[in-house]
This record gives sequence, C-alpha cells and structure tokens, in this order.
Amino acid sequence: MKNRTKLPNVYLGVLLFLMYVPIFLVILYSFNESKLSSVWSGFSLKWYTELFRDRAIFEALGNTLILGVISSLSAGVIGTLGAFGMTKVNFKTKSAVEYVSTLPIMIPEIILGMVFMAFFSLLGLPFGMTTLILAHTAFCIPYVYMLVKARLVGMDKSLAEAALDLGASPLRVFFDITLPLLLPAIVSGMLLAFAMSIDDVIISVFVTGVNTNTLPLKIYTQLKTGVTPKINALCTLMFAATLLLCGFAAFLGRTPKHKKQEPESGRAGR
Amino acid sequence: MSGNREKKKRRLRGEALTVLPLYVFTLLFVLGPIVYMIVLSFLTRAETWGVLPEFTLQNYKNIAEPVYLETFWESIKLALTSTVLVILIGYPFGYFMAKLTAKWKKRTMMLLMIPFWTSSLIRLYGWIIIFRAGGILDKLLMALHVTEKSVKILYTYPAVVVGMVYALLPFMIFAVYSSAEKLDFSLVEAARDLGASPMKAFLTVSLKLTLPGLLSGVVLTFVPSMGLFFIADILGGNKVVLVGNLIQEQLMKTHNWPFAAALSVALLALTSLFMFLYRKLSGVKDLEGLV
Repeated sequence: MKNRTKLPNVYLGVLLFLMYVPIFLVILYSFNESKLSSVWSGFSLKWYTELFRDRAIFEALGNTLILGVISSLSAGVIGTLGAFGMTKVNFKTKSAVEYVSTLPIMIPEIILGMVFMAFFSLLGLPFGMTTLILAHTAFCIPYVYMLVKARLVGMDKSLAEAALDLGASPLRVFFDITLPLLLPAIVSGMLLAFAMSIDDVIISVFVTGVNTNTLPLKIYTQLKTGVTPKINALCTLMFAATLLLCGFAAFLGRTPKHKKQEPESGRAGR
Repeated sequence: MSGNREKKKRRLRGEALTVLPLYVFTLLFVLGPIVYMIVLSFLTRAETWGVLPEFTLQNYKNIAEPVYLETFWESIKLALTSTVLVILIGYPFGYFMAKLTAKWKKRTMMLLMIPFWTSSLIRLYGWIIIFRAGGILDKLLMALHVTEKSVKILYTYPAVVVGMVYALLPFMIFAVYSSAEKLDFSLVEAARDLGASPMKAFLTVSLKLTLPGLLSGVVLTFVPSMGLFFIADILGGNKVVLVGNLIQEQLMKTHNWPFAAALSVALLALTSLFMFLYRKLSGVKDLEGLV
C-alpha cells in the first residue's frame, strides 16, 4: 500500500537522521586534532594512539567482556533449563517463581541496583567481579527465559514424544531434539542478554568494587568529570563493534530460513 | 508395567532437576534481595554506618517531608513529560513505518536497531557535544541570529527531557510498530469510503486497533524513566534531582540505607500501581514489543 503523500516518509527520514546525529558527532570529534570539542583543528589519529596506550581502559574492556560472557552464559543455561522444565513440572509455586524471575527486567533498574547492593553487603560478599556477575546474571535470565518460552509454545511436541516412544532416554531427547530446535531462541536470548550486560551502568554502579571498572562505568565517570577525545575514540570503536554485532545478529536471524528444508520443522515457526 | 512407572518417576525427577537452578537463583538472588529491601525500609539507621535492628516507620514518615515529596513529584512530572513527547514523536513513526513496503520496513528496522544497540552513554555524550556552551547548537542558533549571546542548554531541564526522550523513543516505536503491523489498513480505507473524515477514520479504526501497542509503549517508557538517574546526572548536572538520584545519594553519599530502601519501596509501589492500571486498561498480560 502506498502512502497518499510523501510526508510520512519525510518524517521517518528526518527522525532517523536525528537519531544518528549525536552518534556521528562523537565519531567526528574522535578524529579532531584539538582537545576541545568546540573547535575543529584538523584530522588526527592521535586520540586512538593514546587510547591504545591506556592500560586502564583495556583492563575495563576485559572486565566488561568477561562479565558479559559469564553472565549471558549462566543465564543461557539457567534460563533454557528453567523454561524447558517449567513446561514439564507441575509445582504449585510455578507461576509465582516465574513471575519473580522476570522481575529484574520489569522494575526500574535503580531499585534492582539498590537491592543488590544492600543484599550483597548483608551476605558479606566482596564487591567486585563476583557481585557484578550475580547481579548481571539476574537481569540476563529473563531475556533467555522469555525467548525460549515463546519458542517452546510454538514447538511441535510430537517429535520429542515419538523419540521417547521409540525408547530414547529423556536426556538424549533433550540434547538431540529439543535443544537443536530451541537453539535460535537461546542464541538470540543470550545475545540480547550480552548486549544488555555490556551496556549496563545503573546496576553496575551499585554492585562494583573500588578496583573493578567496566567500560560503561569508566565512560560514565569521565562524562561526569570531564572528557578527553580519547573517550570519543573509545566510543567510536564501541560503535563499530555494535555494527558488527548487529550484522552478526541479522545474519543469525536469517539462517533458520535456509535450514527449513526438513519437512518436519514446518510447524516450528520462526 | 512397574518398570514403566519407575521410568516415568525417574523422568519426572529429572525434569524437576532442570528447574532447580532457576528456582535456586530466583529465590536466592531475586526474591531474597527484594524481601531484604522491604525489611530494611523498616529498620533504624545507625549513628554513623550500618543499620540497627529496631523497627521504625520513620523512614516512610521522612518521605512525606516536603523536600522529598517534591522530588517524587518532579520525577513523575519529568516521566510524564517525556512519555507524552515520546508518544507524540514515536507513535507516528511506528504507524508510518507499518505502512512501508516489506523491503523498506526491514531497512528502517535495521536503521533503528543500530542506535538502539549503541551504548546509551555514547549517545548521551553526543548530546553533551550538541548542548554545551560553544557547542553545535549554540553556534547554529547564533548563526541563525536566534540568539546573540551563547546560551547554555547543558545542565538544564530541557536538556534532560531531550536525553530521556531520545533514550526511550525506540521502545515506543517498536511497541507501536508491532501493533500497527497487524493492523489491516483496508479497514481504514473502508471507513474512508463510507464517508468518515481522515481524522475520524484514524481515531475510530487505527488508533483503537493500535491502542495495545501504544499502551505497552507507555509502560516501557514511563517505568524506566522513573529510574534513569544517569541521564539527569550527566545532562542535568545537579540541577535536576529525581527519585533515582536521591536513592543513589542516600546509598552512596549519606549512607542512610533504610531511607534509600524506603524510597525504593515507594518507587516500586508507584511503578507497580502504574503497571496494574496498564493491565486493567489493556487486559493483556504480556508486554507487546518487549522481546
């Protein structure tokens, strides 16, 4: 269907453009010779060289990645097993636990941060990587859980039943049939969780220790106290990484379509 | 026969085992902290550091003090302002997007995803560059002779509003789009053919059918906007104090944890009330466009 006028398309275009302006400005000024972002004094790559000399930033990057990988992996295991098991068991507490487990992405992040900070200090846990991983895992689980659950609902149960009838052990059925069918949902849930983890500021502010910095925390403190174009360079590289990740996600989202050659996966849905 | 039953029993035990990690983690690290927050909000603050196990309602009484009530009111006002602006800007976007051809829908979605996945801090930093004195906007305004002197927009209320709207807009767009995409536009055409004005056709058909998307967009905007303290922190300086900033200050600077807990409980109650209203209004349980 065609729009009667061009106006809606102009609106879409202008708004999309405006969304990119702040990002492009950050990128542009990463190549600025001058330290002040109000003056443009020529093209330079010196902020990138300075960035690569900064060991604290590499350490923060390492922490961010370790945190993101461990949290999304644990969320992947706990969330997938949980979503799968919840369809099988018949506990009275089922819906209550399900509700509580999705709370971390339902309530304002600041409350979650506050709650974790108070609770971890009650337990006497040392603030740092351990507390960060626990907090991040908590808000990563719902993403995996919800996506896997949605996929389970649309899945053909007869395959697993047939395998069971033919004498396969439940464990084998899970690994040979259920898991491969769930894989796209698990992977996209974990990617989503990973993206949320490496971008998180609010919760990390509360649960990190004095000596543990993540990249978002480092940028946050710099933005508050005063930035150098080194941060622009860092942001530009992070944006490039985002582009790669988006491309990768789009590529992953495409693969199941090609795989739909097998006739039996017809009802598996997207 | 009995072997079969034995097998089934073992299978059930295996299945119970799969939910065990979720149960343990949820009870220990989600429910536990939340319960502790509620308990903490009724405890007494120790002189210098820590908490005394004495029951009190003082923390809640403190919230009723004019200074703190005003902070709550400010936060609600900012959240409402941002939400209204997000609706006004985001709704048409999602709606028009649903009318695009399949190819352009995909392209627009991709173009939306990239800034959405970009770190919110990078995007905030861009706004600092635009807003600061002697920044882009300043120069633009002076070149257009709108103002003679340099204006400082950074660290003002409008700057915070822009930051909020910018951060939350994608949620509204996705929610409205997912709802508008299912809309059968021939219904709108039919209404028009039967003599309804474009306005009436929109209000009675399009808006009504996309209302679930709009409502979930409102929840997805309003709830987080109550807690995005870092936007107010970075773009508002110390001028804009929200409940989020207050909680952070009470935790990290004043070390009055029971009061911070009471503030969090109040904020949680406020957002829960909002979610409850949303559920009543829309009659759906799952938030559309969330995943």
